Amino acid sequence: MSAARIFVPADAAALSVGAHEVARAVRAEVERRELDVELVRTGSRGLFWLEPLVELEAPEGRIGFGSLTPDDVPALFDDEVHPKALGRVEELPWLARQERVTFARCGVIDPLDLEDYERHGGLGGLRRALELTPAEIVEAVTESGLRGRGGAGFPAGIKWRTAAATEADARYVVCNADEGDSGTFADRMLMEGDPFLLIEGMVIAGIAIGARQGVIYLRSEYPHAHRKLARALALARAEGLLGASVLGSGQAFDIELRLGAGAYICGEETSLLESLEGKRGQVRAKPPLPAIAGLFGRPTIVHNVLTLAAVPTILAGGAEFYRAFGTGRSRGTMPIQLAGNVRHGGLIELPFGLTLREIVEDYGGGTRTGRPVRAVQVGGPLGAYWPEALFDTPLDYEAFAERGGMVGHGGVVVFDDTVDLARQARFAFQFCAEESCGKCTPCRIGTLRGAETIDRIIQGERVAANLALVEDLCEVLRDGSLCALGGLTPVPVESAIRHFPEDFERAATREAVHGEAIG
Amino acid sequence: MTDWDVGAAFEVVQQHRQKGGLLGALHGLLDAFGYVDPRAIPMVADVFNLTRAEVTGVVSFYKDFRTTPPGRHVLKLCRAEACQAVGCETVAQELETRLGVGADATTADDAVTVETVYCLGNCALGPAALVDGKLYGRVDAPSLLARLGR
Ligand SMILES: Cc1cc2nc3c(=O)[nH]c(=O)nc-3n(C[C@H](O)[C@H](O)[C@H](O)COP(=O)(O)O)c2cc1C
Ligand code: SF4
Ligand code: FES
Repeated sequence: MSAARIFVPADAAALSVGAHEVARAVRAEVERRELDVELVRTGSRGLFWLEPLVELEAPEGRIGFGSLTPDDVPALFDDEVHPKALGRVEELPWLARQERVTFARCGVIDPLDLEDYERHGGLGGLRRALELTPAEIVEAVTESGLRGRGGAGFPAGIKWRTAAATEADARYVVCNADEGDSGTFADRMLMEGDPFLLIEGMVIAGIAIGARQGVIYLRSEYPHAHRKLARALALARAEGLLGASVLGSGQAFDIELRLGAGAYICGEETSLLESLEGKRGQVRAKPPLPAIAGLFGRPTIVHNVLTLAAVPTILAGGAEFYRAFGTGRSRGTMPIQLAGNVRHGGLIELPFGLTLREIVEDYGGGTRTGRPVRAVQVGGPLGAYWPEALFDTPLDYEAFAERGGMVGHGGVVVFDDTVDLARQARFAFQFCAEESCGKCTPCRIGTLRGAETIDRIIQGERVAANLALVEDLCEVLRDGSLCALGGLTPVPVESAIRHFPEDFERAATREAVHGEAIG
Repeated sequence: MTDWDVGAAFEVVQQHRQKGGLLGALHGLLDAFGYVDPRAIPMVADVFNLTRAEVTGVVSFYKDFRTTPPGRHVLKLCRAEACQAVGCETVAQELETRLGVGADATTADDAVTVETVYCLGNCALGPAALVDGKLYGRVDAPSLLARLGR
């Protein structure tokens, strides 16, 4: 009989609240009791408030225990019911209501065990792709309705067709793993919890567009993901998933892992390409599109981690299978990341269409501080601040765009009623100023003026006039920016002013009082 | 990490001599010495066949490439929105009071360098911080100071 198995995550978030210490305690206890137990280090299931979440294999399924400290470990092996037992993990309501497609294996398998990956359905997409012509692969991805998960939501199939159709001596598949948006961690979780899925997706993309080389551009703020990916790539090479003949097909494909260096703008695809070429990450003017002239001038498809990770599912299950999830022009599942001041934060993978209220209240369970929710910011630092009154908006590309926001990479950040939206608006300007690539004056300099102007508003200085100045500045940013960093900074600023005028007027009231005193 | 050494630096940079390898070379210097010493610039420029100005331009563009030696501990505190929502600004203020230095500076005794980062991917368990490369969640100033031996 094989040994019983116990699963302890090695995901960075789980480690940040003590998963290694728990794993060490498990090992010690297993030794002390001389048990025949195998310890498996997994990724995270994404129920972060329960981390470290330990799972024990039982006849009825995997039983969860969380959140554990090393002191809770010995009792795991006693006969009595553990005080932190949660029951079957898959039946936890938070997880049971989700549809895990891209994240089906994350937190379940050993991320560095290729056999485990295959046992759980891995490599099915690539095997199918190897039976198709490149054009048929591109067709399947187009048919699936897959849109980029990095923020812009551009149809993936169109990029692939363009790159494949452009004559060149080399083509590249570039994975954008720069995940710079605050409130997002799905790319990180996937790279740490199921790296072979990303690798499989990149190989399929390479075969489809006729590329022999892939590159992953990973942000340096993710040291854990860096180690996992490096090991997964080495294993993939050793097992013939990468190299001169992918799975013995005669087709060559390999992947290089590169590190960013702490620049948010390098998530923008052309800046990323400059950075990969060893330069300052300055945004390039488009055209030419990267699909025509990208890395070192060659046709390049740049995709977010989650876009590439959806590809194996599309090939294995068929375009129709993937299309069946979602609504309207938002097809497939969307990994939503619930973060900030929230009781139950983590990863929610569901077809598009969940409302903000369902996300924040049903999944999130309100704020961690127990105070009322006042605002959520969706879609990272360039996303809108939403008030309670708009919480019934469904999360899909079009519904969000209609109301002046964006889904972006799917980050939802919750704030309680102590938040000051004037300060958040100021931060949006400051962030843009700090992270600007420097090409456009409004983005580089205008945002500094923006932050100073909001400071004056906060001081109660000529509030109405200064608000008008901010509006003008936003106009200039929208019109005078080459990329979305400058172009979308007005979104958080103006949504804060529009939906939370009281935070700016509070200052105005101070001005009135001040004015009277002088007058 | 070791003290600055031209020979060792050259070894590191050489390993990254390939198309687009400049960032890798600078990361290599960072790993070896904890910073990118300005004395490395002419040598790097030579290896990559670039001007000194070009290399300096790249070094200054990226926040990671600090050009002075860090303290014995490096604390990277996340100051992005999701961590703001759970009080990272208060943590930053308390650290400043206790350590006597603000963001992106090193204490007078060279013990601690405090740096700002925007998001560590731990946004459901904020405030988040990296201490000497190790990630922590739900931090406060006392717990961080304890990890720094203060
Ligand atoms: C300022 C800025 C930052 C961006 N950061 C990221 C990022 O961190 N990750 C990402 O996948 N896309 C990011 N993008 C979007 C990319 O430019 C690009 O649209 C994306 O990588 C394309 O991949 P997709 O089609 O799979 O979404 C950013 C865009 C801008 C303007
Ligand atoms: S808007 Fe800002 S980040 Fe974008 S290209 Fe212009 S200066 Fe660079
Ligand atoms: S915002 Fe702080 S870790 Fe993401």
